[in-house]
Amino acid sequence: MSSDIRPDKAALLAGLMDILPASAVLTDSESLRPYECDALSAYRRLPLAVVLPDRIEQVQAILRLCARLGVAVVARGAGTGLSGGALPDEGGILLSLARFQDILEIDPKRRIARVQPGVRNLAISDAAAPHGLYYAPDPSSQIACTIGGNVAENSGGVHCLKYGLTVHNILALKVLTIDGELLEIGTGGLDAPGYDLLALMTGSEGLLGVIVEVTVRLLPIPERRQVILAAFDDIARAAEAVGRIISAGILPAGLEMMDHMAIRAAEDFVHAGYPRDAAAVLICELDGTNAEVSEHVLQVRKILLDNRATSVRTADDEAERARLWAGRKAAFPAVGRLAPDYYCMDGTIPRHALPRILTEIAGLSETFGLAVANVFHAGDGNLHPLILYDANRPGELEKAEAMGGRILELCVAAGGAITGEHGVGVEKLDQMCVQFKPAELAQFHALKAAFDPKGLLNPGKAVPTLHRCAELGAMHVHGGALPHPELERF
Amino acid sequence: MTTNRDISEALQAEVIAAIAHAEPLCLRGGGSLDFYGRTPTGRLLEVGGHRGIVHYAPSELVVTARAGTPIAEIERTLAEHGQILAFEPPRYSGNATLGGVISANLSGPRRVACGAARDSVLGCRIINGRSEILSFGGEVMKNVAGFDVSRLMTGALGTLGILLEVSLRTLPRPQAEATHVVDAGSAAAALAMLTRLRASPLPISASAIVNDTLYLRLSGSPAGVAAAEKSIGGDVMAEDKAALLWTRIRDHEHHFFEPGPPLWRLSVPADMAPPETEGLFADDHWLIEWDGQLRWLRTEAPPKTVFTLAAKAGGHATAFRHQPARDEAFQPLAAPLMALQRRIKAAFDPDGIFNPGRIHADPHSS
Repeated sequence: MSSDIRPDKAALLAGLMDILPASAVLTDSESLRPYECDALSAYRRLPLAVVLPDRIEQVQAILRLCARLGVAVVARGAGTGLSGGALPDEGGILLSLARFQDILEIDPKRRIARVQPGVRNLAISDAAAPHGLYYAPDPSSQIACTIGGNVAENSGGVHCLKYGLTVHNILALKVLTIDGELLEIGTGGLDAPGYDLLALMTGSEGLLGVIVEVTVRLLPIPERRQVILAAFDDIARAAEAVGRIISAGILPAGLEMMDHMAIRAAEDFVHAGYPRDAAAVLICELDGTNAEVSEHVLQVRKILLDNRATSVRTADDEAERARLWAGRKAAFPAVGRLAPDYYCMDGTIPRHALPRILTEIAGLSETFGLAVANVFHAGDGNLHPLILYDANRPGELEKAEAMGGRILELCVAAGGAITGEHGVGVEKLDQMCVQFKPAELAQFHALKAAFDPKGLLNPGKAVPTLHRCAELGAMHVHGGALPHPELERF
Repeated sequence: MTTNRDISEALQAEVIAAIAHAEPLCLRGGGSLDFYGRTPTGRLLEVGGHRGIVHYAPSELVVTARAGTPIAEIERTLAEHGQILAFEPPRYSGNATLGGVISANLSGPRRVACGAARDSVLGCRIINGRSEILSFGGEVMKNVAGFDVSRLMTGALGTLGILLEVSLRTLPRPQAEATHVVDAGSAAAALAMLTRLRASPLPISASAIVNDTLYLRLSGSPAGVAAAEKSIGGDVMAEDKAALLWTRIRDHEHHFFEPGPPLWRLSVPADMAPPETEGLFADDHWLIEWDGQLRWLRTEAPPKTVFTLAAKAGGHATAFRHQPARDEAFQPLAAPLMALQRRIKAAFDPDGIFNPGRIHADPHSS
């Protein structure tokens, strides 16, 4: 679905050429091709042009031009997003922020970093490391993804349980409106006067403005990190152990769970030493001061064993810690070896619902005839079912998408959400209709219009039209169970 | 003891009537924040009757309550399960409600370690200015579906809608806590010491500088706290005395906050110059929290002077209490931000019926 705007292409290109050097405006289809999709590669489109500015004034001029001509603007960082948020608009331009790569300031006294939006997530921690500091949110794509994209998506990572999401770790933003006006959001303090625009911008998927600078909070690198791996022959007991650890007053830095299929795939791929016959493994990382970690390791081991873990392993050194994590970190590519394609879902659920949801997912797996491996940020209830399919088989992608949609609807029904950290993008527009009532979606549209009345920023993403939901709603006749789940839905 | 009640339909009827009669409403919960922000106007609508904990799941670290529920009641219930609200909400006069604390985004001493009220918010249920009852966010920690309306409502002082319910993340109560008193010699020396301590990952959960004295609270595992105690020095405070100190600072019952000169709240970078060099008037008084990032100031200086001082340091100021006039409560915003805030207000409350002028002067009423 593209916007209905049909802009004057000649005027647009002439205007862009006035603002940017020729090398920063791409228009031939071969140059445009690398930008046709983000990491959700099932959706592809070519924009009218890709622009690669490297100064804020250029971005301002580009936005003013697009506002004047009524041209859609889709901002893009590294294109690692998993929900199609950076999918180009056929009638618009793709605005790459990739050339904004400067770390403007690291202030060890204030413990902040001020960076341009195209700086990679991991590059911030690398630059802060000499000061004993790091940036906490660590999405799995952190070597490639940019901080601008992290803010747009409110990215998480495996350490959210203790350190929060992007929204908890940024202090200020510089944002350009569609009219090219520069907004300075946030202050040098911990809060700001007026409405919390910092939170509103975070996770707004490029619909409200273009982020051109980010100030992040840095944390002291923990004195010690320790990883414990526990195996269970019953996934319900693993889920229960998670609750017990937290109830004991321990907040692990990371608490990850993998199911049987994910364990086997990871073990066959990286040989991390996971027990291949386990129904579930828990990976628990504890961090803090030496004394605190030592104490918590003993407590967590006891809880795991009391909860009938079949084996509990504590990493003896940094190499073993890395090895225990390697299995989890390789889970996605490892599952990728099991089938030509996989479709990564991103629902959240209350933790107690996990055993039931996994049973229901297994049921869907049987119904649809597609295998599923489950990876779970157990501490914060963020479930990533990986649906295996073969895109070369006619109809199988659509089947995987339909099944994914059903899984997300299970998450909503359990009191969870349709996306924990990947965003809605183009991927979950239909599920937005399930999660929100028309009046709530209308409120989102009103909010969007307060920033971008003409709807030029990332059109057709994140918030579905009421019309789309109404059409879909007509299909939801019996308790949310869609008839003919094998059919395509757009 | 008031009983738990769901009066959302009655409140919705009030909003419908207010829209029909173009009669703005002044929302009031427990009344503990009557002093805060610009002077409330409009017909008084008591919202505190909408109260009661709706859902509490200790193992999920989440509590959902109606906005009129007293904070004291929520914290009491959490304590029964060994849990706390991470942001240590102030209660001021004692009858603070969940809705009030969230509307003003008020956070206490632990904010420096565990985030502000807005960081604990997971979801909310509101009545907007179209008299619609809407839900945003939810009860799960990670949720990026739709714009973050829950955090937008936090700190909006009821100008965007009536808060009906709020879901908050809870935390396990720290296994151990200890407070140390350090006679630093000067506020400047205390701030320097904090900067030094903060460079290492010590489990500091609160700090306060009163005159030349630095108070530090450590929270964590017993062994972790014990080890950290060695590296900070100073004298250990008795447990009950320490608890009282932090409660008094949190609730502004410490003698620093007694009625007197206007009380200002400065939210600034930690490295703002210490009071010794940054004072406006010789008889100003300061109380510093959040590792130097929250500075309470008692001064007779005019609002413009205080706003300039805060802006120069890179932060902002709020005329918090005991002000001779309340029309300049918050740091003025840059013109584009101000215009945007008005458009956001209109997106939720097109007829301008909720708490008009509580944050900024209402452009229509002058």
